[in-house]
Amino acid sequence: MSNPLNHLLGIKGLEKSQIETILDTATNFSDLLQAPVKKTPALRDITIANLFFENSTRTRVSFELAEKRLGADIINFSSSSSSVKKGETLIDTVNNILSMKVDMVVMRHPAPGACIFLSKNINAKIINAGDGTHEHPTQALLDAFSIRQKLGSLEGKKVVIVGDIKHSRVALSNIYCLQLLGAEVMVCGPATLIPKHIDKLGVKISHNIDEALKWCDVANMLRIQLERQDQRFFPSIKEYTKLYGLDLERLNRLDKEILIMHPGPINRGVEISSDVADSHHSIILQQVENGVAVRMSVLFLLAQNNL
Amino acid sequence: MPNKGKILLNLDHTKLILKRFALELIEKHQSFQDTAIVGLQPRGIELANALKNEIEALIGSTIKYGELDHTFFRDDIGRGDIHLPKPSKIDFSTNDLNIIIVDDVLYTGRSVRSAIDAVMSFGRPKRIELLVLVERLFERELPIKPDYYGVLVDSRNTNNYVRVDWESNNEVQVWLLENKENE
Repeated sequence: MSNPLNHLLGIKGLEKSQIETILDTATNFSDLLQAPVKKTPALRDITIANLFFENSTRTRVSFELAEKRLGADIINFSSSSSSVKKGETLIDTVNNILSMKVDMVVMRHPAPGACIFLSKNINAKIINAGDGTHEHPTQALLDAFSIRQKLGSLEGKKVVIVGDIKHSRVALSNIYCLQLLGAEVMVCGPATLIPKHIDKLGVKISHNIDEALKWCDVANMLRIQLERQDQRFFPSIKEYTKLYGLDLERLNRLDKEILIMHPGPINRGVEISSDVADSHHSIILQQVENGVAVRMSVLFLLAQNNL
Repeated sequence: MPNKGKILLNLDHTKLILKRFALELIEKHQSFQDTAIVGLQPRGIELANALKNEIEALIGSTIKYGELDHTFFRDDIGRGDIHLPKPSKIDFSTNDLNIIIVDDVLYTGRSVRSAIDAVMSFGRPKRIELLVLVERLFERELPIKPDYYGVLVDSRNTNNYVRVDWESNNEVQVWLLENKENE
């Protein structure tokens, strides 16, 4: 790796070689997870705090399992049961936890940039597990890993990200990551859910899912994030599903095989129908499985570098 | 050619040692029914491969062979150098097998210690043995001894180190060099 990682705050700012090192190392962890004994003692003298200021199932469980497989000691913290409710600031909360000799912090926070802020103010390695609508780097890495596992390489591959791009941290991290690895990226969705200046990132834009599917090798279906939508961005869920939902009929109209991905949790019958989500086109469960190996890789590489 | 060094083993000598290793191993493990050769990444692979070919030519059948990376089992993660793993390729369970770990040089013994843990993650072997081309004496940091070795080198009070250069077609030269920094 040309530049060692100090934190993983986002994909933006990483070099291609750093991403490749993370993915290559994840391949080794993926093999290890197939072995009879799935554990290594590599991080046995490292303590990691998982700070989740926002709900999460998949990401939290995946990080926790990755940390346990690496032999680290872990502290779990969620804001709903903490002193944050009593008005404690982010830095105070984290500093109190760090005074218990924590080496790394995995944080999810509703405010975009929260992890960057934290990395400038405290002395621990920070991994961003999703900060508001900003970035979700480990999701992008595991998506890239899953595509690479199926298609061999990202170079020249065409990936369309469909749905709520505006509120999606997964979309932004995916765009950065896929482009760095040589893939072409298109975003597709209603105009109200596509950020205004997204073309400046060098992505194609489409408002027609059938055209987008014809163009792509991989379709990453995003969840409609009703919890982040403080106004109505489309007339009805039913209309969204009709125009942008992926069902088997739409998929069968294509004269080629494409990979279907979804970062979860799925709104079955909204952005993706059950028959597609459970079909052989879908690699949704492989994404979840790969998440553990990719997160082990990130933790392992970060732990090796003294700040 | 490296500076300030002497050749510890030339090609002919190494070939003799390989032949001896193969005969010794066949004497002990016979048909290799319950025995596997496992080369240690990165520098034990060439030797393990050459040894596998030698044994297979002598017994006339293929033997179980694997390549093992021990990076995730090291005891110095986060203590300085960055360690990146190489692939492990073990497509058999190590349960109840005799495993022969193969590496080029044995020095402090720490790599072998982590390799033993790595082997254990693939099952519970009946027995683990260690085979090295060069055994560097007196600088061991752990109670580990090879079961088979090619040559002995006295490592007391020196900055010497050993370099094994593998060329194509199993051509090899083993160097004893004076100082790693001056190479």
